[in-house]
Amino acid sequence: MSALGKVVRAGVGRRRVQTLVMMLTTMMAVTASVLAGGLLVASQAPFDHAFARQNGAHLTAQFDAAKATAAQVTATAHVAGVTAAGGPYPVLSLRPHIGENGSGMPPGGRMPELTFVGRADAGGAVDDLDLVDGRWATGLGETVLRTLDSPFGVGDRMTFPELPGSPTLTVVGLATSVGDSAEAWVSPAQLTQLTALGARLEYQMLYRFTKAATDAQISADRAAVAAAVPPGSMTAAASYLTIKLAADRTSATFVPFVVAFGVLGLFMSVLIIGIVVSGAVGAATRRIGILKSLGFTPGQVVRAYIGQALIPTTVGAALGVVLGNLLAIPVMSIEGSAYGTGTMTVAPWIDIAVPAVALAAVVATALAPAQRAGRLRTVEAIAVGRAPRAGRGRVVRQLLGRLPLPRPVSLGLANPFARPGRSGTMAAAVIFGTVGVTFGVGLALSLNGIESGLNQRTAGDVLVRTMGAPPDDAGGDAGPNRAGNGPPALADPAAIAAKIGAQSGTRRYFSTGETKVGVAGLAGRTTVISYQGASSWGSYRMISGSWFDGRGQAVVPSGFLNATGTHVGDTITLTDKGRNAPVRIVGEALDLRDEGMSILTDNASLAGLGAVVAPESVEFHIDLAPGTDPQGYLRSLNTALKPLGITAVRNSTQTSSTVIAMDTLAAMLTLMLVAVAGLGVLNTVVLDTRERVHDFGVFKALGMSPRQTITMVITSVAGIGLVAGVAGVPIGIALHDYVLPVMGDAAGTRFPAQDLAVYHLPVLVPLLLGGLVIATAGALLPAGWAAGTRTATALRTE
Amino acid sequence: MGNVIELRGAVKRYDNADGPALGPLTLTVEEGEAVAVTGPSGSGKSTLLNLVAGLDKPTEGTVTVGGTRIDNLGEGGLARFRRERIGIVFQFFNLLDDLTVLDNIVLPAQLAGTARGKAATRAHELLETLGIDQHARAYPGRLSGGERQRVAVARALINRPALLLADEPTGALDMASGRDVRELLIDLHRGGQTIVLVTHDLDLAESCAGRTVHLVDGHVALDRNSGAGAVR
Repeated sequence: MSALGKVVRAGVGRRRVQTLVMMLTTMMAVTASVLAGGLLVASQAPFDHAFARQNGAHLTAQFDAAKATAAQVTATAHVAGVTAAGGPYPVLSLRPHIGENGSGMPPGGRMPELTFVGRADAGGAVDDLDLVDGRWATGLGETVLRTLDSPFGVGDRMTFPELPGSPTLTVVGLATSVGDSAEAWVSPAQLTQLTALGARLEYQMLYRFTKAATDAQISADRAAVAAAVPPGSMTAAASYLTIKLAADRTSATFVPFVVAFGVLGLFMSVLIIGIVVSGAVGAATRRIGILKSLGFTPGQVVRAYIGQALIPTTVGAALGVVLGNLLAIPVMSIEGSAYGTGTMTVAPWIDIAVPAVALAAVVATALAPAQRAGRLRTVEAIAVGRAPRAGRGRVVRQLLGRLPLPRPVSLGLANPFARPGRSGTMAAAVIFGTVGVTFGVGLALSLNGIESGLNQRTAGDVLVRTMGAPPDDAGGDAGPNRAGNGPPALADPAAIAAKIGAQSGTRRYFSTGETKVGVAGLAGRTTVISYQGASSWGSYRMISGSWFDGRGQAVVPSGFLNATGTHVGDTITLTDKGRNAPVRIVGEALDLRDEGMSILTDNASLAGLGAVVAPESVEFHIDLAPGTDPQGYLRSLNTALKPLGITAVRNSTQTSSTVIAMDTLAAMLTLMLVAVAGLGVLNTVVLDTRERVHDFGVFKALGMSPRQTITMVITSVAGIGLVAGVAGVPIGIALHDYVLPVMGDAAGTRFPAQDLAVYHLPVLVPLLLGGLVIATAGALLPAGWAAGTRTATALRTE
Repeated sequence: MGNVIELRGAVKRYDNADGPALGPLTLTVEEGEAVAVTGPSGSGKSTLLNLVAGLDKPTEGTVTVGGTRIDNLGEGGLARFRRERIGIVFQFFNLLDDLTVLDNIVLPAQLAGTARGKAATRAHELLETLGIDQHARAYPGRLSGGERQRVAVARALINRPALLLADEPTGALDMASGRDVRELLIDLHRGGQTIVLVTHDLDLAESCAGRTVHLVDGHVALDRNSGAGAVR
C-alpha cells in the first residue's frame, strides 16, 4: 500500500467515533434527500405518472347489453384512433349492506351504490390495476375494492339480502385504478350471480386513444366509439380528464408543503455534510502538519484528506440510499393514496443523483480546508492544529465569567465564541431543524383546525337522517327502512322533528336539506343547503362576514365567491321555474364540497322559488341539554324513532384521509429534519470534545466533577440552540404563513384566520425551546464521553 | 502528626504491559513533609502522582489521602477530593490559554462553589505573595515560563489544599525560572505545606524536600531523609 493509502486508512481507523458520526450524518442527510427528492419528483404531475404507469383508460364507456351484443362492443376496440382497449367487462351497480367486519362499521347498514365490474384479472393493456393489499378475486364470494376512501379492509364482508340467495362477498384485496374504472371488482362468474332476475346488465369498455389531450379530442373519440355500436346502446362514457382535474387539485394542495419540506431537507443535508467534512478536515490540521514535516506535498495532503472524508461518507451515502428507499415505501404510499394514484416509488435517477451530489458536496467542502491546511507552513499547521486560535472569544469569556453563574455554565456559554465559524454552521443546522419543527407543528395545527372547521358541516351531538340506518333489531314491526325490504322508504321529516322535539334532553335542533336552483349569471344549477330552525349555534366555520340571520341572507364558500366574482355584501339572484329570489351574501364559510359551489340559506329564502328540498337529503342536527348522557339520549331517541325505521347516531368527528396523509408526511419529514440537525450538533460537539480533551483533563484535575463537565458541554451548545431556536421559529412561522394560503388556493378556498393564527403562546414557548432541545440532545452523548474520559489519559493527550 | 498519604500494596498495571508500572508499593507521607519522588523515565513517578492525585486508580491495593480512601471513590467523589484536598502543579503548567491569570487561579475555587469575589480576594493574596500580582489581567501566553508556573502554583493553592503535588515543576523552565520556582516551593514548605514533588532534578529534590523516595521499575529503591529543606 502506498504511503498515501496508509495515511488515509490510518486516518479513518484512528478516529473511529468521528468516522462513525460522519457516516451516520451522511446516511441521514442522504436518506432525507432521497425522501425529499422522491416526494418532490412524485408531486410533479402525479396523476399523469400513475396514469401512464397503469395505462389508464382515456374513456370508460358502458353499453346496454340489451341493445349491443358483446361482439359488437368488442369490435369498438378497432375504431379508428383507439390504440388499446380493455373489455368488455360485465358491470352492475349495487347497494351492498355492511357485513361482518373488523373496521368498526355497524353491520346491516346500507352502503351507497357501488359499481361492480366482472374482471378475470387485474392486468391488461388498459387499466393495469395496482393490487395494494391481498389478492385478486378469482372465486365466488370474493371481491376486490378500490382503496380510495374504502372503509373496508381485507377480510371484511358485504351482503346483498335483496338478491336471490342473499350472496355475501368477502373482501380479498384492495386495488387502485387511477382512472376510477370501478369501485369493486369480482370474477365474471360472480357478477353473473349478483345479477338479479330482470336486472339490466351492461358492459364496460376501457379505451386509450391516439389523441386524448383535450375535452374536444375525447368528445370526438367518444363519438367515434358510439357510432360503432347500435344507436342508444352507449349508456355512459367518462373522460379521464375529469378525474385528472380533481386529482391535480388534490396533489396541488400537497405540493406547497412537500416542496417546503423537500427544499429544507436538501439544503440541510448539504449544510450538514459541509459541517461534518470541513470540521473533520479542519480538526486534522495538526496531523496534516506532521505529514508535511515527513515530506508529504500539499497535493498529497489534499488527496489524503479528501480520500479520508470520502470513505465514511461513501458508505453513509450508500446506506442512505437504501434507507431512503425503504422509508419511501410507507411515506410515498401515503402520498400516493392522498393523490389517489396508488403506489408511488422513488424515481431511479434520484437514487443516483442524490449520492452523487452528496459526495460532490463532500469533495467540495473537504477541498477548501484541506487546501488551506496544505498551504499552511508546516510549523503553523502543527502549532494551530490542536486548539482554537488563541484570542477568539476572550472578551465574551471574561464578561460571562463575571456573571453570577456557576463557572461550568459561564465557561460553556463562552465556548462557541472560540470557534465562531463552526458555531455558526451548527446554529444554521439547528435553525433548519427549528424551522422544520415550527412549520410542521403549525401545519398540523392548521390542518387539524381546518379539518375541524370542515366537520362543522354537521352540528350538535346527535344526527338523524331521513335515510338513516335501520334499527339493529329490525323485525316485523320495523319501519320503512328495514333491511331486505327493497329500496328504503323515507321517514317523514315532520314526524322525525316531532320525535326529537318531544325527547327529553333535547336542547335545540335544526334541520338541513338540499335542493338545486339556478343562480343568475351562472351556468347550470347550484346546490342550496336549506336550513329550517335557528341554526346560528351550528354555523359553519366562517372565513369572513357572519352566519345568515333570517330570510334573504346567504352564506357561501370561497369557491362560490371565486367562481362568481362576488363578495360578501353582494346580492345574488336565485332562480327556479321562472321565479326569482334575491339573497344577500353575508358571510364566507369554509366548505370544500362540490368545489365550494353551494349556497347556505334559511329555508324561508327559497319560499318564492318553489324549489323543493330533496327528502332523502334531510338531516337533523341536535344539541343536547347540559348534563345529558349522550348514550342514554341515543337509546331513548332510537326507541322513539323505531317506528319510523331509522336510527339516530352520534355526530362523530371524521378526519379525512388527505389530512391524515398530510399530518403523517409532515410528522415524518419533521422528525427527519430534527434527526439530521441533531446529528449535525452531535458531530460538532464530538469534534469540539476531541479537540478539547486535554482541557477537559485540566478542568477535571482542578476538581471539575462529571456533572459539571456535562453541564459545561451542554451549555456550550445550549446558548446556540436557544438563539437558533429563537431565530428559527419566526422563519418557520413565515414559511407556514406563506405555504398555507398557497395550499388553500390550490384547494380553491381561503382558510379562516383562526386556523392560520395557530402559534399561540403555549405552542410558541415549546417551539422557542425546540432549538435548545435539538442542541442538547445532540450534545448529550459527547458530553457523557467528556465526563467519562479518565483524567490522566486526557492530560496525556496532545 | 498524622499521615497525609498512605499507600498500601498499591499496584498499577496498564493494558498491554507485561508487568506493573508501579508496585506493589507501600508508602506514607506525614503532614508537613516535603517528599521528592525521583527516578529514571518509566520508573513509575508520574503513575504514583496520578494515584495520589486521584487522576488514576490502582489496579490493586489502597490509596488514602487526608484520611479518605480515594481508590474506591467515584468520579464525582474524586473531583470533590481534588478540589478540596489537593493542588497540582504540572510540568507544562496546564493553564487555560483563554482565561486571564486571575480567572485561571480562581477556577478551582469557583468549581468548589466559592463566590467569585471571595475567590478573587484569595487569588490576589496569592498573586501578591508569589510576586506576580501585576499580571492578574494578563493571559498566560504573555508570561514567561517561570511566571506561568507561579500562576499554576497559585491556582493549586487557591483552595488551601492539605497536599500540594508537583510534577516536574521546573522541567519546562529555563534555569533562572527554575530557580524561582524552587525558591517558591521551599518557601511553601517552610510555611507548613505538605508537598510531594516528582522530579528528575536531584538538586531540586535535595533543596526542596526533606525526604527523597527513589523509584526504579515501579518499586522504592531508596527512601531517605535528606534533612535538607526539612521544616517541621
